[in-house]
Amino acid sequence: MNFPILSSLILLPTIGALFIFFVRSSNSQYQSSKYVALFITLANFFLSLYLWIVFDKSIVDFQFVEEREWISGFVNYKVGVDGISILFILLTTFITPICVITVNATIKNRLKDFLIAILILETFMIGVFCSLDLVVFYLFFEAGLIPMFLIIGIWGGERRVYSAFKFFLYTLLGSVLMLVAIISIYWITGTTDVIKLYELGIDAKYQNLLWLAFFSSFAVKTPMWPVHTWLPDAHVEAPTAGSVLLAAILLKMAGYGFIRFSIGLFPDASLYFVPLVYTLSLIAIIYTSLVALMQEDMKKLIAYSSVAHMGFVTLGIFTMTQQGIEGSIFQMISHGLVSAALFLCVGVVYDRLHTRLINRYGGLVSIMPKYAIVFMVFTLGALGLPGTSGFIGEFLVLMGAFKKNILVATIASLGVILGAAYMLWLYKRIIFGKLINEDVKKMVDLKRFEIVTLWLLVLPIIFFGFYPEPLINSIEVSVANMIDMNDLDKINKLALGE
Amino acid sequence: MENLQLIIPELFISIMIMFLLIFGVFKKNSSQLVYNLTTVSLVAALTLIINLDSQIQSSLFNNSYNIDSLARFMKILLILSGIFVMLSSSKYIQINKISKIEYPILILCSILGMMVMISSNDLIVFYMGLELQSLALYVLASFNRDNLLSTESGLKYFVLSALSSGLLLYGCSLIYGFSETTNFNQIMVNTKEIEYGLTFGIVFILVGLAFKISAVPFHMWAPDVYQGSPTSVTVFFALLPKIAALTVFIRFLYIPFYELGDQWQMIIIFLSIASMVFGAVAAIGQKNLKRLIAYSSISHMGYALAGLSTGTTQGVQSSIIYITIYLVMNLAFFSCLFMLKRNDEYYEKIDDLSGLSKNHPLLSLSLLVVLFSLAGIPPLAGFFAKFYIFVAVINEKMYFLAIVGLMATVIAAFYYLRIIKIIYFDPEKEKFESKHNLGLKFTLVASTFFILAYFIYPSGIIDIISQININ
Repeated sequence: MNFPILSSLILLPTIGALFIFFVRSSNSQYQSSKYVALFITLANFFLSLYLWIVFDKSIVDFQFVEEREWISGFVNYKVGVDGISILFILLTTFITPICVITVNATIKNRLKDFLIAILILETFMIGVFCSLDLVVFYLFFEAGLIPMFLIIGIWGGERRVYSAFKFFLYTLLGSVLMLVAIISIYWITGTTDVIKLYELGIDAKYQNLLWLAFFSSFAVKTPMWPVHTWLPDAHVEAPTAGSVLLAAILLKMAGYGFIRFSIGLFPDASLYFVPLVYTLSLIAIIYTSLVALMQEDMKKLIAYSSVAHMGFVTLGIFTMTQQGIEGSIFQMISHGLVSAALFLCVGVVYDRLHTRLINRYGGLVSIMPKYAIVFMVFTLGALGLPGTSGFIGEFLVLMGAFKKNILVATIASLGVILGAAYMLWLYKRIIFGKLINEDVKKMVDLKRFEIVTLWLLVLPIIFFGFYPEPLINSIEVSVANMIDMNDLDKINKLALGE
Repeated sequence: MENLQLIIPELFISIMIMFLLIFGVFKKNSSQLVYNLTTVSLVAALTLIINLDSQIQSSLFNNSYNIDSLARFMKILLILSGIFVMLSSSKYIQINKISKIEYPILILCSILGMMVMISSNDLIVFYMGLELQSLALYVLASFNRDNLLSTESGLKYFVLSALSSGLLLYGCSLIYGFSETTNFNQIMVNTKEIEYGLTFGIVFILVGLAFKISAVPFHMWAPDVYQGSPTSVTVFFALLPKIAALTVFIRFLYIPFYELGDQWQMIIIFLSIASMVFGAVAAIGQKNLKRLIAYSSISHMGYALAGLSTGTTQGVQSSIIYITIYLVMNLAFFSCLFMLKRNDEYYEKIDDLSGLSKNHPLLSLSLLVVLFSLAGIPPLAGFFAKFYIFVAVINEKMYFLAIVGLMATVIAAFYYLRIIKIIYFDPEKEKFESKHNLGLKFTLVASTFFILAYFIYPSGIIDIISQININ
């Protein structure tokens, strides 16, 4: 493959951003730049779709690998995809155009700057998922903070400054230890190339500390209890498109990092720290579900539900079984779609009534029936009803967990029930009930572009709910390879004393 | 005498100083002309230095003056920064009525002193260069005579600097007393065993040098002098003396006292940690941009010292890379500061930046890039500067230093973010002037572009710097 398809994926949004930045529109509102951004993101989506089609799912190795000398004699720019990362790239390129469409209703001022921020962010997000070098990964991982900080800070709600700072400093603090770990890995093994590191392995005596350093970064980003508090703030204050990107993709960077780096590079340490991760995940699932139940702000409720869902993800990853990891990846993709959709749904009503308080709504079903239908699908997707993609992920995770530890699996199952409780209660309070608020009566049903964006998300949620094969196919070989490569099964058995 | 062509740049600048002085005295109202001629002579000196062989290695005057690759690189850096400082501040000194013929000549004197410092291989030569640059800087700091703050800062700088020079000289005499020589190469040959007097000498000299680069706890002068001096002098303070002092640091620690690493390493580590942490914490409460950048530069010097503290060639190289990138970032920052002008008045409070992004999108974008880079966020140049430092530090297994340094970057990120918040999130104020002279615009664009595009080809600078041999 001579055409550098991954680098094109990474660069294309930036080129689009530069184009929007330099071209002056006669229209002071820069409406045309919206179409440029939409065009660029769609082109990127089709490019990644093409990548998925030509991607050979039966091969274990990384594909489309590009390598170029970057910092001479030290770090090479290296990108490549396997069955796991390609799904996240697809998710990114799929969600970004939807975000661009939503700016129609949500962004009133400085549209041009907003589009540039989103496009630059897309570059960094894709970069994270396909970088095959630790330093390159860190670079993209951290760089994403800049556009997100601006998105929350400039276009956010009332407490946007506080939230933006909290988001930035929490994540930065988590990540600096990862940088120390990355440099240490370089001095221990002589390379930061992920493929070479997989082959070389890292001496077990270093693994625990390195694992903790990586964990500190990913745990903040996931976010895991107790460092999750930045997430509700960031979500509540961010504009709709920002919340969507944050929930759908930025959180997944950490889950991806856990699979690619924590498990991949430090299998012994991962096993050692399983109890820690189980505990934190279970607390996240149960505790934040309960917290979500009590929220009065819609966005906050969904933000806490994200923490709970990501609890399933970390739980699944650290079962270190085929089902558990596959389930986690599936759950991440599914949560990417569902949470994006839920934030869009909140955005729809927020644009009309300018409040996110649940008790201001009620009885929407009679005036916004189209809205009620799509919201229903997403609610069911979020609580993991069979037939939606949410079910497959949770089911696989629980299956993996039951294989390892029945107590943990039982407690996690309770979380599923709680999830159903807060999602259905939310739906009931907003959609059903009496129409009391006079302002609500004036609300109009979905506009055309809203129908398009929301149904675009309904389709994959239901499709993958009934037919998860394409996704599972894609990740199966890579996950199996990861488990073989690190002898996870053997290590597991040793640990269990078999 | 056949080696005299090696010091042609220094000779050239000395001649230009004398010529411009006479020229300025005899020709009336020639301040602007002298200023321009100074810039031109700096450019000429730069070409003279670049013409030297890059692998040159020779010493003059009884081995007391070194012309080597380190000196060549640092002098290029020095004069390049000097040129950019001159380009960006020409309008400022006109408006503030400090455009006198002495101003550019003093700058030339100071640069000459720094060049002597950079090349010095002998305690006496080094002290001579140091005093030449300092004396010029005292006058420059108080150049705005009618301004109370400026005169105060000049006096303050003079008193404290004289004290540190005294300590430094005392250290030199101690070293001379115990080693019977002032030549860097000879000192180690003459001392076979570690004596207390020698260690004291090292400590005194380090104190003097730490003062010059404003490392904690010898930083007290920096915020006041930065704030009080005219901005055109502040930018000079922030850039050039740091290059010279850091070079002397490198030479002093790595040539005569390399073997005594265990004696000075702890001192440098302490200076480094104290500067990083103090600079980051103290900057949080600042309201004046110049004062804030003073604390920020204290903190940045801490990182440069962290590279030096490793005692390895790699550490020294990382420090040189750090100072290079630091120069560019500060140059960009001060260029932005020079643009905050309205009705012939310059603004330097952080609050004056409020809502800048609405009226001046390009200027705020540059500031955004510069501030994120100063905070060390990838993919901007500032990240790479810190990255190289930590690579060198962690290689020596100095994890504590690395982690403290990284935590300090998080604290420092807070106050950089605060400025960005004021620029981007706060309500707008009155517009600033948008017309600026070409030199200033060029400086800003060039430095911002460097910061932004550094990640595309980071090897370029590393390749140049890795050719520098220290011993």
